Amino acid sequence: MTTRTLVSPATLARPCGRAVYWSVFTGTVLLFALAFLFPVYWMVTGAMKSPEEVARTPPTLVPERWQLSGYTDAWDLMRLPTHLWNTVVQAAGAWLFQLVFCTAAAYALSRLRPAFGKVILGGILATLMVPAQALVVPKYLTVADLGLLNDPVAIWLPAVANAFNLYLLKRFFDQLPRDVLEAAGIDGAGRLRTLWSIVLPMSRPVLGVVSIFALVAVWQDFLWPLMVFSDTDEQPISVALVQLSQNIPLTVLIAAMVIAGIPMVALFLVFQRHIIAGIGAGSTKG
Amino acid sequence: MTRTAQRRTVEKAAVRPVQARPPAGDRRRRRLTDQARAYGFLLGGLVCFALFSWYPAIRAVVLAFQKYTPGSDPEWVGTANFTRVLADPEFAAAWRNTLTFTLLALLIGFAIPFVLALVLNELRHAKAFFRVVVYLPVMIPPVVGALLWKWFYDPGTGLANEALRFLHLPTSNWSNGADTALVSLVIVATWANMGGTVLIYLAALQSIPGELYEAAELDGANLLQRIRHITIPQTRFVILMLMLLQIIATMQVFTEPFVITGGGPENATVTVLYLIYKYAFLYNDFGGACALSVLLLGLLGAFSAVYLRLTRTSGEAA
Repeated sequence: MTTRTLVSPATLARPCGRAVYWSVFTGTVLLFALAFLFPVYWMVTGAMKSPEEVARTPPTLVPERWQLSGYTDAWDLMRLPTHLWNTVVQAAGAWLFQLVFCTAAAYALSRLRPAFGKVILGGILATLMVPAQALVVPKYLTVADLGLLNDPVAIWLPAVANAFNLYLLKRFFDQLPRDVLEAAGIDGAGRLRTLWSIVLPMSRPVLGVVSIFALVAVWQDFLWPLMVFSDTDEQPISVALVQLSQNIPLTVLIAAMVIAGIPMVALFLVFQRHIIAGIGAGSTKG
Repeated sequence: MTRTAQRRTVEKAAVRPVQARPPAGDRRRRRLTDQARAYGFLLGGLVCFALFSWYPAIRAVVLAFQKYTPGSDPEWVGTANFTRVLADPEFAAAWRNTLTFTLLALLIGFAIPFVLALVLNELRHAKAFFRVVVYLPVMIPPVVGALLWKWFYDPGTGLANEALRFLHLPTSNWSNGADTALVSLVIVATWANMGGTVLIYLAALQSIPGELYEAAELDGANLLQRIRHITIPQTRFVILMLMLLQIIATMQVFTEPFVITGGGPENATVTVLYLIYKYAFLYNDFGGACALSVLLLGLLGAFSAVYLRLTRTSGEAA
């Protein structure tokens, strides 16, 4: 794979060019390690220091005595199992509702030619122009009127109103070959059957992308769950961390931060190839 | 081919008289059931959009002209919400902070990823490593990132001042100083979000045809000239798009100031969205919060419209 970039291969082949290349390379590796990996290291090891050691100046690079009590304390004191479970329930529900409702709606808009379909699609796309955060207050009032405060449904249903994911699905369905769907119809498959056994299996890549977006969005969100969940027992991990951060020993808080970060980082490391390819491809194609 | 086509028309002609056209009433009924089915598929999505997207947008505008606290009846007050909000000294501070934040984020948070992507595109080793590592902070929950930096910025035991002491530089108050707080938050936001920008820009760089660089080199263009006359013009569209997206995102900044500084010190980091939150949940003034939302919405809507217009025209050109 030799793609020509800014610097020509001939320049790089020269001894001087090679020296510059390797010094830039080393510099970049060090910079990345310092800027992006070191904070993670500092967090993971900081939680293993004793409360006295973590407050020491100058700090120790490696814990003197590795201890897991920070993590176990965080698990028990901050009731992390409850908050992690709440987050899982909220994220899983949002994912499921989005997959079912967005897929069905996208399929209808793409294939079933509903009356006023154009108007509906326009209304959905118009919400892309309205940045979500600017509408949180009236959205909160609506959820309050519906009696959904402190209920995971308050995360699930608003998550469906995601124009970006719906449009992604619709565009994908638009590209599916017409003959295959018609053949299914001729073979006697109903709309639902066609969607379930023909369209969805063909749409695996886009469903994967939408799933990852849906899960990450809920797990990372802060302002909306902060507004909706005043009841501590229902709060997801992000809100609980901030609410409890005031009166908890530093090592315990850091340990809780590490635990809160693990699921998303793990998801990323498992699916990194797809996620990174998706970001690059999605953007250049506009 | 013509023969099969002919045969088909013949078959059709033969079949047509046998398969009588269904009566008009049947066809209408059929169309109605088709429509009913289509709307059945649409229903869930439509209800969610109506309740949580369309209705709140209308309600924001209505409530901006009403006095409202949950549980009481709304009361029309004309433009009183706007005049009250505009007279609030925090209003000017919040807009100044938000715009400064956006501008700084554009200067710091846009130049750095840009240069990083340029460098990464030249490196021929450990490509996957760089891409994964630069995107890692994006996957760390924003709250965790903010708390982590709050700890780094601690004037006594934080890593930021440790690093300055190690380099024999004067220490700073970071997020605790009125002058430095906003910049400190911009650093956090840049650290947390630049992964996406780097990856998108990197993809754009890879689409530049290599012959352009070869030709420029033959013409004697040096490295900087090649960046200026080839790299930047070739990726102009992506640069503009990323810039608009970043402006829209940074104008809605909330988590970092809320978690790290609580809007302080001395309102130095109160942002517009933070102020909206305060009006609603601290002052219980939902009319004021909606008036603020409408103002923010107007500005961001304009940016979004430009963004969508740009992506649309490019899509048609491609």
